[in-house]
Amino acid sequence: MLELLQRPWPWYTAGIIAGLTVPALLILGNRHFGISANLRHICAACLPANVKFFKYDWKKEAWNLFFIGGIVVGAFLASTLLADPNPVQVAPALAEELAGYGMTDFSSMVPVELISWPSLFTLRGFILLVGGGFLVGFGTRYAGGCTSGHAIMGLSNLQWPSLVATCCFMAGGFIMANLILPFIMQL
Amino acid sequence: MAQTNFNTTTITPETDYEVRSLDTMCVNESDVSLPWYHNLKYAAVGVLFGITFVKAEIISWFRIQEMFRLQSFHMYGVIGTAVAVGALSVFLIKKFKVRTIHGEAITFQDKKFNKGQIFGGLLFGFGWAMTGACPGPLFATLGTGALAISVTILSAIAGTWVYGYFRDRLPH
Repeated sequence: MLELLQRPWPWYTAGIIAGLTVPALLILGNRHFGISANLRHICAACLPANVKFFKYDWKKEAWNLFFIGGIVVGAFLASTLLADPNPVQVAPALAEELAGYGMTDFSSMVPVELISWPSLFTLRGFILLVGGGFLVGFGTRYAGGCTSGHAIMGLSNLQWPSLVATCCFMAGGFIMANLILPFIMQL
Repeated sequence: MAQTNFNTTTITPETDYEVRSLDTMCVNESDVSLPWYHNLKYAAVGVLFGITFVKAEIISWFRIQEMFRLQSFHMYGVIGTAVAVGALSVFLIKKFKVRTIHGEAITFQDKKFNKGQIFGGLLFGFGWAMTGACPGPLFATLGTGALAISVTILSAIAGTWVYGYFRDRLPH
């Protein structure tokens, strides 16, 4: 049983658990699934700076901060108690492309050649981690949600603006990964 | 003339509701006032979700690259199944008027379309492909001990703040 849990979980297990998060939060207290809102709550709590967008009672949304706190703890438990000793599987075509950029370490699902302190001090790492992070924060709030709020919660509630947003998430990802990222990776 | 009070610094319930409902889902008001530790039940859901993020490799930069290069079905399977299960759940909650464990009605709000869903959506898509993480996996990656991701999280918070600051000047 433990060995089964340690191996990478199939997509349907993950999809079912992620999907059940929607009714779980609703039934526990009429809470709507949406993770990127936490970035806004953190702004409202730490640096509202008289910006109208951050002047609201963020304490009413404390449940969501507890939710992401749980995510951090769960990820810690999974990576310690349920760690998979095997290297991460990478599609051959992707592995070949990444090798062209000098990326060959597939020991962890978090690539140490990109997401690490030394990488932050390279131009490539700085653009991806700092620039990418900025776009995640700016874009999700501009769009009014992220993968959880729009793609999962919004589509589950049959909201067509969420479908527009989800299509744009994917379009942006396709453009970046295929057309722009190759240039950044060569830096 | 109706009186205006634009210069007050206090938050009136009306503007608070309006500001919070401008985007995202945070309009779910609860009449039940519960002690803080009731929030731990949401933390418990988060723990299960965080374990899933890691074990199903949703936090993997490689899986996200494969998704955007159509090199793997994995992420499409995860998101597709999640939407199917979520949609069925929402349908059943509405049909049987399921209430919360505290007996409150479960409510839904319609999302309004604005151009932000297009512009912001594209920008978030760029960031998703660069970092290999949407906001949930950013926090999960931190939990796995890859502490350098904290810089990305701070940058995302900064991005959200900059959006809030320039919000009125952006097309919506």
